[in-house]
Amino acid sequence: MKVSRRSFLGMGAALATALGFGRFLPAAAEQPAVTGKILGASAKIGHQLRGGTFPAISSTIQKDVVIVGGGIAGLGAGYRLKKAGHTNFALLELEHQAGGNASSGRNATSAYPWGAHYVPLLTDESRAPKKLFEELGIIKGHDDKGLPIYDEYFLCSDPHERLFIEGRWQDGMVPNLGLTEDDKRQYSAFFALTDSFKNKRGRDGKKIFAIPVDKSSQDPDWLKYDTLSMKDWMDAQGYTSKPLRWYVDYCCRDDYGSSFDQTSAWAGMHYFAARTGTAANAAPGGLVTWPEGNGFLAHRLMEPIKDNIIPSTLAFRVKQDGARVNVDYLDQKTSEAKRISAKSVIVATPQFIAARLLDDKAIPANDFSYAPWVVANVTLSKLPAGKGVDLAWDNMIYDSKLLGYVVATHQNTEMVPLRTVLTYYWPLNHAEPKAARAEALARSYEDWRDIFLKELYAVHPEVEGHVENLDVWIWGHAMVRPTPGFIWGAARRKAMAQKPPIFRAHSDLSGISIFEEAYTRGVDAAERTLKYHKIPYETEL
Amino acid sequence: MPSMLLISVIIIATCGLVYELIAGTAASYLLGDSVTQFSTVIGSYLFAMGIGSWLTKYIHRNLLGYFIRVEILVGAVGGCSAIVLFMLFEHVTSFRLVLYFIVGVIGVLVGIEIPLLLRILRDRFEFRDLVSRVLAFDYLGALFASVLFPLVLVPYLGLVKSSFMFGMLNVGVAIWLLYAVKEHVHALHVHKAVAIVTLIALTFGFIYSEKLMTIAENGIYSNVIFAESTPYQRIVITKTQKDLRLFLNGNLQFSSVDEYRYHEALVHPSMAALKDPKDILIIGGGDGLALREILKYPSVDHVTMVDLDPAMTLLFSKNELLTSLNNDSLLSPKLTIINKDAFVWLRDVSRQDKHPVFDAVFVDVPDPSNYSIGKMYSTTFFGQLKSVITDHSIVTVQSTSPLIARKTFWCVNNTMESVGFKTYPFHVYVPSFGEWGFVMASLGNYDMPDHFVDGLKFLNPESAKLMFSFPPDMSKVQTKIQRLDDQALVRYFDQEWGEYLVY
Ligand SMILES: Cc1cc2nc3c(=O)[nH]c(=O)nc-3n(C[C@H](O)[C@H](O)[C@H](O)COP(=O)(O)OP(=O)(O)OC[C@H]3O[C@@H](n4cnc5c(N)ncnc54)[C@H](O)[C@@H]3O)c2cc1C
Repeated sequence: MKVSRRSFLGMGAALATALGFGRFLPAAAEQPAVTGKILGASAKIGHQLRGGTFPAISSTIQKDVVIVGGGIAGLGAGYRLKKAGHTNFALLELEHQAGGNASSGRNATSAYPWGAHYVPLLTDESRAPKKLFEELGIIKGHDDKGLPIYDEYFLCSDPHERLFIEGRWQDGMVPNLGLTEDDKRQYSAFFALTDSFKNKRGRDGKKIFAIPVDKSSQDPDWLKYDTLSMKDWMDAQGYTSKPLRWYVDYCCRDDYGSSFDQTSAWAGMHYFAARTGTAANAAPGGLVTWPEGNGFLAHRLMEPIKDNIIPSTLAFRVKQDGARVNVDYLDQKTSEAKRISAKSVIVATPQFIAARLLDDKAIPANDFSYAPWVVANVTLSKLPAGKGVDLAWDNMIYDSKLLGYVVATHQNTEMVPLRTVLTYYWPLNHAEPKAARAEALARSYEDWRDIFLKELYAVHPEVEGHVENLDVWIWGHAMVRPTPGFIWGAARRKAMAQKPPIFRAHSDLSGISIFEEAYTRGVDAAERTLKYHKIPYETEL
Repeated sequence: MPSMLLISVIIIATCGLVYELIAGTAASYLLGDSVTQFSTVIGSYLFAMGIGSWLTKYIHRNLLGYFIRVEILVGAVGGCSAIVLFMLFEHVTSFRLVLYFIVGVIGVLVGIEIPLLLRILRDRFEFRDLVSRVLAFDYLGALFASVLFPLVLVPYLGLVKSSFMFGMLNVGVAIWLLYAVKEHVHALHVHKAVAIVTLIALTFGFIYSEKLMTIAENGIYSNVIFAESTPYQRIVITKTQKDLRLFLNGNLQFSSVDEYRYHEALVHPSMAALKDPKDILIIGGGDGLALREILKYPSVDHVTMVDLDPAMTLLFSKNELLTSLNNDSLLSPKLTIINKDAFVWLRDVSRQDKHPVFDAVFVDVPDPSNYSIGKMYSTTFFGQLKSVITDHSIVTVQSTSPLIARKTFWCVNNTMESVGFKTYPFHVYVPSFGEWGFVMASLGNYDMPDHFVDGLKFLNPESAKLMFSFPPDMSKVQTKIQRLDDQALVRYFDQEWGEYLVY
């Protein structure tokens, strides 16, 4: 309640830690074994697509629409069809549960994300996602100025971010320790510049950096930055400050899985300048998150269409047959190959899979490159602490290959949570994607576990002996990389071409893998389908 | 041998300076005002060294033996100095006396070292050489210590471990001399035994410094009669003569001498204003003291107490000293104790179709000193509270000191206003805390009661009226609003109490 006048102890405790009294811990007598396993996008099954042979078709059914792939794009398309009353569709999903990169897990301690874990306050251009958020009650209404009021339980709780640097945790993610005058000058110049981009419009009157990407200005003066790398751009602008460059590189790895020399400068600037969403009850730059991350959104999208979803199915061929389209898939439970004959199809898989399914040489696949990621969920019977500021939602580590971890229980309102799950993110950008992917898939569970535990204990020796479980998920093709020239290049433009009765929907088509892109692509494909089927609708785009 | 003795000069010089720095740092931490502490510690230390040097003229024979004994003594006293200072703080009436005594003893002993060493080495070097070397090594050691101390010792070892470690080094020098030197030392075995025992004792101190620190911390609460660490907090109860005190995580919760002021002010302004209050909710308050006041109203049918920690409610319903303080309130048949997180409980309850509705609510939780507790002062929490009250109900929230933490206090007030409450803030003087504040709030209007229940020691209509007036140094200020996603309150608290505590 009150701090006593001579509350030495309140200070004493802080002081003791500050002075390192807390260092000596008697070695934990017997360490309980850490359980766990590798999970992951069914790489083996998926690889069957590559030259695998499939059994003969054993049965055929008829549907109006088939959606292939149950990530946010596929689920969004299904959700949109259902809303329009167009319910005679099937959604095929490879995994035993839909969600794709927005998958999540749950144990006795908490739900936790396996991939996507937040959505920033929505921009004005994100019309379809905004509509969805209103329908789901994530946006509860609007104030008199028209600003959306977000559900406060979903807005990321304070403190949002902290950074582990020089042995202690600092507030916020921009390094602020031991900065030189020059660092500070470069910081303010950089942030002033990227902030000024937020309100900037191109000659066509559109925002230069918009979400969704395709609502951005086509002014060539800005698009040209796509051909540079973010690193080249920083060099050209004279941004030499080491902590600033670390920060920018971190942001590229965080959002795109690629370092700043592998990332297009346009995409890099997009990260800093496109998040212009506002709210009546949150500061700019705010975001929404849930214990299970975007798994929350995936589940809410799934609910109304759960009877349409056929999980554990590998679509292996999508072929036009007269006016109809045949979708052939492997039922993993029975190992039978089955066919759905549909009036139209939405292919909501990543580009490299779409290319195989459609067996269409016209579909560019090789220009799409994917970053492999590894995610670990660590269940702890004690909350991590550390010198410096309190545990935050996103806890980043300076100069580490890993990005850091997100705390699944952060949104709980409990005063003293005693257990938690940490989700560690690691984009494997140290090597070319192919080599990094092979290396990741070859590594045993024990090796992964030890790697993550080492990282954890290096920063949090206090949780040693409190790790109960550590699961690992290997994302071989986690997300498309906006390499220089990709976003505004020919391959993406070509891939976006829609060829009724087959429609495409996936965040790959945006070159930037985020919820708003995936969902918007899903709604777009669904509305094109409705139009093709001559069903009246009011566009949400 | 001579060169080894010179090396030991570096060691003892380092040790000597480290003890001085430790004493200065410990004194600044414990007493504050680091400039004063450092200058007085350094001054008295140097002065004591002078005394030590002067004393060496009385040593005639057996120089090496004396030197060894001094080393063991410096090691023992210097090695234990930090922990002794921490342990004795608040145990002794004049801590400064102890501080300067220890500094003095170490100073005298360290002062003896160099003159003695000069004389021991007198025959082995030319005088000119000797003085230049010994003093050069002495200053080198000092430089080494002054760099080592802030960069390595304080951040990585802490004061207590560092002092034990340098004690070990001093004794190590003595042991090395005992074994390496062929010269006759009187009672060699006794010296060896004493040195080794001291070394072992210091090593133990080094290893168990953590445990020792805990004991030292406990010592800071004068007379601990109860201490328990629950998964949620550390509960400590102390007693001196008539004064019984409860500390949670080191923060004072009440002193039995003046808690009536706090609890009467928390409870009666609302209870006396309500017409026949029946259903009461207490959030926190596991000590049963607010409850004691609430039970003075016969109209009360039922009290729900939501306190996170079962250990608290159990302790205050069993321990006789404590139950005599809360009048066995926790054993009242009108009471339901719910040992759950209040926010989670409130959210669950308000989602139920048929949920209880309370006439009065008391939020008596710790100050918003961190982001976890800060949640209980947020718009979301107060908004949730609205769903379990009526338009006439009154909510009272303990809201830290409006004098020391003015923005913090008004931030609670303004946050409640922002979710639609009308607020009626007030404050009271509680000697053990200082000026303390509460925010009373209702969806309707509040009228000051014109009389209170009998038997109150502090409140009557006159004293109540005074509580609602805020002099200029605590009057209302504009603040940000405490939201879950932006905990302005915690930052205000940190800043305001931080400034108050750093003196
Ligand atoms: C580690 C990680 C962290 C991320 N963090 C965020 C974040 O915080 N915020 C954010 O907005 N975005 C984040 N993302 C980006 C995320 O990719 C998008 O937000 C979004 O979830 C992508 O959805 P999608 O539908 O476009 O693609 P996907 O999720 O790739 O969906 C494709 C689906 O198709 C299925 N499929 C593939 N092949 C077949 C087949 N042959 N037959 C049947 N089904 C098939 C897959 O199993 C999958 O379910 C993250 C991604 C990863 C990997």
